[in-house]
Amino acid sequence: MLEINNLKSRIGDTEILRGLSLSVNPGEVHAIMGPNGSGKSTLAQVVAGHQDYEVTGGSVTYKGQDLLELEPEERAREGIFLGFQYPVEIPGVNNAYLLKAALNAKRKHAGLDEIDAFEFLKTAREKMATLDMDPKFLNRGVNEGFSGGEKKRNEILQMAMLEPELAILDETDSGLDIDALKAVANGVNSLRNPDRAIVLVTHYQRLLDYIEPDFVHVLSEGQIIKSGDKSLALELEEKGYDWVREAASA
Amino acid sequence: MATESENLESLVNRRYEHGFVTEIETETLPPGLNEGVVRAISARKNEPEWLLEWRLQAYRQWLEMEEPEWAHLHYPKIEYDEISYFSAPKSDDDRPKSLDEVDPKLLETYDKLGIPLHERARLAGVAVDAVFDSVSVATTFKEKLSDAGVIFCSFSEAVIEHPELVRKYLGTVVPRRDNYFAALNSAVFSDGSFVYIPKGVRCPMELSTYFRINAANTGQFERTLIIAEEGSHVSYLEGCTAPMRDENQLHAAIVELIALDDAEIKYSTVQNWYPGDENGVGGIYNFVTKRGDCRGANSKISWTQVETGSAITWKYPSCLLRGANSVGEFYSVAVTNNMQQADTGTKMIHIGPNTRSTIVSKGISAGKAQQSYRGLVRVMPQAHGARNHTQCDSLLIGKDCGAHTFPYMEIKNPSAKIEHEATTSKISANQLFYCRQRGISEEDAVNMIVNGFCKEVFKELPMEFAVEAQALLNVSLEGAVG
Repeated sequence: MLEINNLKSRIGDTEILRGLSLSVNPGEVHAIMGPNGSGKSTLAQVVAGHQDYEVTGGSVTYKGQDLLELEPEERAREGIFLGFQYPVEIPGVNNAYLLKAALNAKRKHAGLDEIDAFEFLKTAREKMATLDMDPKFLNRGVNEGFSGGEKKRNEILQMAMLEPELAILDETDSGLDIDALKAVANGVNSLRNPDRAIVLVTHYQRLLDYIEPDFVHVLSEGQIIKSGDKSLALELEEKGYDWVREAASA
Repeated sequence: MATESENLESLVNRRYEHGFVTEIETETLPPGLNEGVVRAISARKNEPEWLLEWRLQAYRQWLEMEEPEWAHLHYPKIEYDEISYFSAPKSDDDRPKSLDEVDPKLLETYDKLGIPLHERARLAGVAVDAVFDSVSVATTFKEKLSDAGVIFCSFSEAVIEHPELVRKYLGTVVPRRDNYFAALNSAVFSDGSFVYIPKGVRCPMELSTYFRINAANTGQFERTLIIAEEGSHVSYLEGCTAPMRDENQLHAAIVELIALDDAEIKYSTVQNWYPGDENGVGGIYNFVTKRGDCRGANSKISWTQVETGSAITWKYPSCLLRGANSVGEFYSVAVTNNMQQADTGTKMIHIGPNTRSTIVSKGISAGKAQQSYRGLVRVMPQAHGARNHTQCDSLLIGKDCGAHTFPYMEIKNPSAKIEHEATTSKISANQLFYCRQRGISEEDAVNMIVNGFCKEVFKELPMEFAVEAQALLNVSLEGAVG
């Protein structure tokens, strides 16, 4: 589904990704771990198409097409979802409006009619219930005055509504208390299915107690230096990132 | 077929019966302004002697006045002697015969704005027989209004049919020498609307609908007078979301509103005149004086405006809060794009006790446009317990535009409560990326954010117009980002 090959990218003059390769198939859950500054978030932003990141080498193929040729909105309509580490506030635009616009953009792309207003509300309310969110949320401005936990839940709600094929969640666990973490993990787990791939970008192994990954990758200085199964995450937790780095350079 | 041709015939006659379309068929007056021109305009309208005298006095006052220079606007000097102050309406022979002959770009805009099909022909200036449908609708409205005792007609018609009302109220809110452009308008005003709502009457419909399909070319010096008698209520909508074709570059209108005891006037404007091209060439200059007089106790005047057109806008719809407990409101969205300039705002003059005013101004600048909010809140010594709340927000799109705020406050009564809030924000690259990552195109994202920004004002517009106003903003900001 997603083939990243020797990807190099920089922001301004700083090179961040230095030859990163990763292969993700439908149904898989990948965890990308690594210390601060290793390039985890950059990877997420480059796949989503953020204009500040310049791709200087390598390739990214998604469902057989050259992903780097597509505009960010085209990538989204093709099924790529990025759960932001820092979701932005858009004052005055209510959540329901944004959600509906996003959903309809995707439906239009797929040749479907716009979603029926009643159907939309019904689905949104159901999904919100599983995330333990107050239905009043829909009428508030997008992320406007939301707490950190509310913002992250909101990202998961959007993901649940948009039903992406490839979801990349960038540090969705950061700044969450345990209840919010569980709610978010529940939301993610309920979306696991054989057609959907999920990439979790995270700093801590804590999230992986709730969402069990199929693969764990360790990122350091813009490259994946070690891959393994979920036991790698536990080992990392115990021995720290230096252990992998030393092992890799040895 | 028989009924159709019959209807057509009665329609053609009706044009001459009712004043919205004047029957003058003479050519345009030669350029220049002097007493002879003022006399000629008055004579062509068969005006009574007192009105001619009134115009002449205005003209003499105008001669002694100077064009104001305090506004934050830059435009070439207006050559008043090169303007023609009266031009006959185009005859049907010169107009397009059907929509097929109209510029496809204009039609495309109508489509984007969701203008009903039956209104498009009239807006595009198609000859009258092709616009038949809309006018017959207008006739029905006219009957309904006269049943309620409401007078709604062209200004010229009011001068002939209701001279006592016109004479009693004309110039009592905006005096002839109020300002340079007001004096000019008073001397040479072409036509406009007259509304009179009798005591205790609630106008049975939004005057918007009627006006929209019935307003023929009122010329560049429009004059509107609305009188709401004791306990009456009226909602009036001026203008149109569709771009109006107009060959006159200078527009200087006057609107006077008078609300007596317990009366309420809601005046909404959607202005979308030609703003000029990307380089600012050819746009309309719009210098307007709009003022409402809350003359009676417990009266209320509310201005709502959505301004997206014109190259230059100079406009401050204001309220004189004279009656005790009277209320003034100003809700405004002004959009400037490319080379447009707008200096707009309001004045709230608190004269009576316990008067209240609310100002909500939302300015959006894109391209190289410059926009200024200029607002005055004045509380007179006798206005005990006056209250004002002002909220003034600017949204910038891109880095070459500007927003400026000039709030003035003159508070001469210590019991007054005045609040002023102002914000300036930008549409950030991160907001746009966030929306795009959700599959929403950049243009749609900008529209969504702008509409969110303007929500408080849109909700004050009559329902069907709020929808069109949103579409209008989207069209006005097309290409603002990118």
